[in-house]
Amino acid sequence: MTATLAESATPESGTPDLAPKRSRNKQKLVLSTSQRKGLRLSRALLWPALIVSIAVTQVPFLVTIFYSFQKWNLLRPGQREFAWFDNYVTVFTGGEFLSSLLATVVITGTSVVLSVVFGLILAVLLDRKFVGQGLARTLLITPFLMMPAAAALIWKWSMLDANVGMVNWGLSLIGLDAVQWNTNFPALTVIMVLTWQYTPFMMLILLAGLQSQPGEVLEAASVDGAGPVRRFFTMTLPHLRQYIELATLLGGIMLLQVFDPIAIMTRGTGGTKTLSYLLYERAFVGLEIGEAAAYGVITVLLTIIVATVALRLLFKIFSNEGTRS
Amino acid sequence: MSYSPKKRATKQILLGAAMLSSAALVLTGCSGAGGATGGGSSDEKVTLTLATVNNPQMKDMEELKKNFEDDHPNITVNFIQMEENDLRDAVTKDVATKGGQYDIVTVGSYEVPIWGQNDWLVDMTKLASDDEGYDVDDILPPVREMLTVDDSLYAVPFYGESSFLMYNKDIFAAAGITMPENPTWQQVGEYARQLKTDDVNGICLRGKPGWGELFAPLTTVVQTFGGNWFDEDWNATVDDAKFNEAVTFYTDLVKDAGEADPVSTGFTECLNLFTQGKTAMWYDATSAAGSVESPELSDVAGKVGYVHAPVVETKESGWLWSWNLAIPKTSKNQDAAWEFVSWATSKDYIDLVGNELGWSRVPPGSRTSTYEIPEYQEEAAAFAGITKDIMGSVNPKQPGVNPQPWVGIQYVTIPEFQDLGNSVSQDIADVFAGRDTVDNVLKKGQTLAEKAGEAQK
Repeated sequence: MTATLAESATPESGTPDLAPKRSRNKQKLVLSTSQRKGLRLSRALLWPALIVSIAVTQVPFLVTIFYSFQKWNLLRPGQREFAWFDNYVTVFTGGEFLSSLLATVVITGTSVVLSVVFGLILAVLLDRKFVGQGLARTLLITPFLMMPAAAALIWKWSMLDANVGMVNWGLSLIGLDAVQWNTNFPALTVIMVLTWQYTPFMMLILLAGLQSQPGEVLEAASVDGAGPVRRFFTMTLPHLRQYIELATLLGGIMLLQVFDPIAIMTRGTGGTKTLSYLLYERAFVGLEIGEAAAYGVITVLLTIIVATVALRLLFKIFSNEGTRS
Repeated sequence: MSYSPKKRATKQILLGAAMLSSAALVLTGCSGAGGATGGGSSDEKVTLTLATVNNPQMKDMEELKKNFEDDHPNITVNFIQMEENDLRDAVTKDVATKGGQYDIVTVGSYEVPIWGQNDWLVDMTKLASDDEGYDVDDILPPVREMLTVDDSLYAVPFYGESSFLMYNKDIFAAAGITMPENPTWQQVGEYARQLKTDDVNGICLRGKPGWGELFAPLTTVVQTFGGNWFDEDWNATVDDAKFNEAVTFYTDLVKDAGEADPVSTGFTECLNLFTQGKTAMWYDATSAAGSVESPELSDVAGKVGYVHAPVVETKESGWLWSWNLAIPKTSKNQDAAWEFVSWATSKDYIDLVGNELGWSRVPPGSRTSTYEIPEYQEEAAAFAGITKDIMGSVNPKQPGVNPQPWVGIQYVTIPEFQDLGNSVSQDIADVFAGRDTVDNVLKKGQTLAEKAGEAQK
């Protein structure tokens, strides 16, 4: 009785197309001539759109690959020639690629971790009712809304300037010597600017996570005698895990292409020459089109690898969402 | 400073954009050609597109272009103003790919000979000498020399500059030091260390990486110390003792008596420090004097002395730079373009700026006659005379002790130099920070320079 009920119920309520889909694997779909004609027409109608999207997305990349095999300095138009893998050899033996990759990892990694930590602290502080909560939240979000170039300029001139900067002035108040930020700590300055800019983004995601946490569970825990610290580490933090993973992933993707603070403040000195800045230098300072294209191709390959791993992680987060409570 | 949104310079964007824009340019070029056929006839309407750097002198030009358009009712001039690095990127791309977007371009003296040799620019020799009243011989000889390749003039100067040493007279008087007319670097180093206090720097010298930032002053120092980037046969000489001595002198001076945070410090930052009275000396462009002497911009106006660039083994050590107007060969309106170029670089234009906008705003360093105008002499009394002296006496063919195979002072006129200068200047930033030594940095620079030199042989 129960078995027949279950059998009859599935096709109607659950997934009605599941049955035909399964059978399609075994036997070929039989179409009438008119159906086939219709199908051909609809396919034909799709072709222009498909061609355009292939042209727009793939042709530039193919052209880049073509350029990466060329020896071509923009200022030497007469000496353009096919150079096979010379540019790729330059990329890997030039000595700049690995250090630049390291700089990218260090700057991106540190900034993401720091902004997640600060974002978490701010999110916890904001996740309670107080007068002016809306205003505080808006003010805290501001750095993220600012243009990256403007943010870098503010840090360069108002905050870190050796003579009139507020940071050095603050240090002098507590009797510390002025620090030559860009000269002595270039990587740190870039990390500071990025952390300042991306903390609000992390805060927003984590705040959403905190607000989705059911209040009665926490209440029950506190009735059972758990203090605020214990509640935070054993209940809130595990609840936030997937939000933290998402924030880290998105932040990492955005920070990988950081350019403005490096161009404005440190100009690629002292371990701040990230891949995007290096590429800019090859193309616009060196004017080596072939070499820049080769760097571009390598960067794309790396990005694809990183993105594949990252996306898999992302899907895991979402697929696990249902199973966690 | 470059802070344009180029951050996503990855993968296909660069060349994809280049391709798209050149495709677009071909299309617009075609329509332009259709519109401008028979460009010689005077009643045909012509619109010129001018790409320029956004310096004050260029903004003045845009303000005054109405005067030109009133005299030439069939010509309209559109200005596209860009920050220096953006201009360089945009114009180089357009000219190199034969985009034909611009009828007139503002080109630095570094690019003019390279582009001229590539046959990208209209040869102005005949245009300029045939133009009655243009008086091409009035252009300052060293500047004209920089813009000439194989007797062909490829651009005409809009304004030019050299470099000199500016010093705060009050600080020097208080310390009882008299600045000589032609100081040596050793003297300057001594004064700077003597004058350095907690509040005031002895000297401000650029330290910001970039071939046009740090290496503008530093190359002149290297050359007067007897070093250079290359010898007469394009052999790299970056790891030579003289080059080393000069860089060591420069970095030590900045560390001992210079500004804090040198890697952040370029022209603008030094200008701020100097005009606020926070530095006793400043070695930089002569064109800075206009701002230094302006009472609205500067606390030290009227208190500044100007002397020749410090030297060691050469007689003069000033650099030479000019912003010039040139016509790309791809322009469809070359005749009309010359009309405008000759107007903007004429004596009459200088009078026009003087009368309409004030004599302190006159574009300096392009024509000898500018320095003979009584009003200008009066207005710029503090620095006009010495600027003219220096600009007339520097030698772009051989600025250093030994002969060099290119014309130009604070740069090497080869396509690879931007890259070479940029890379070495980034490494010198490590020297300022104590992360690396001069020896090491110059050894690396030598390898790069050898590769660049090899391409010239």
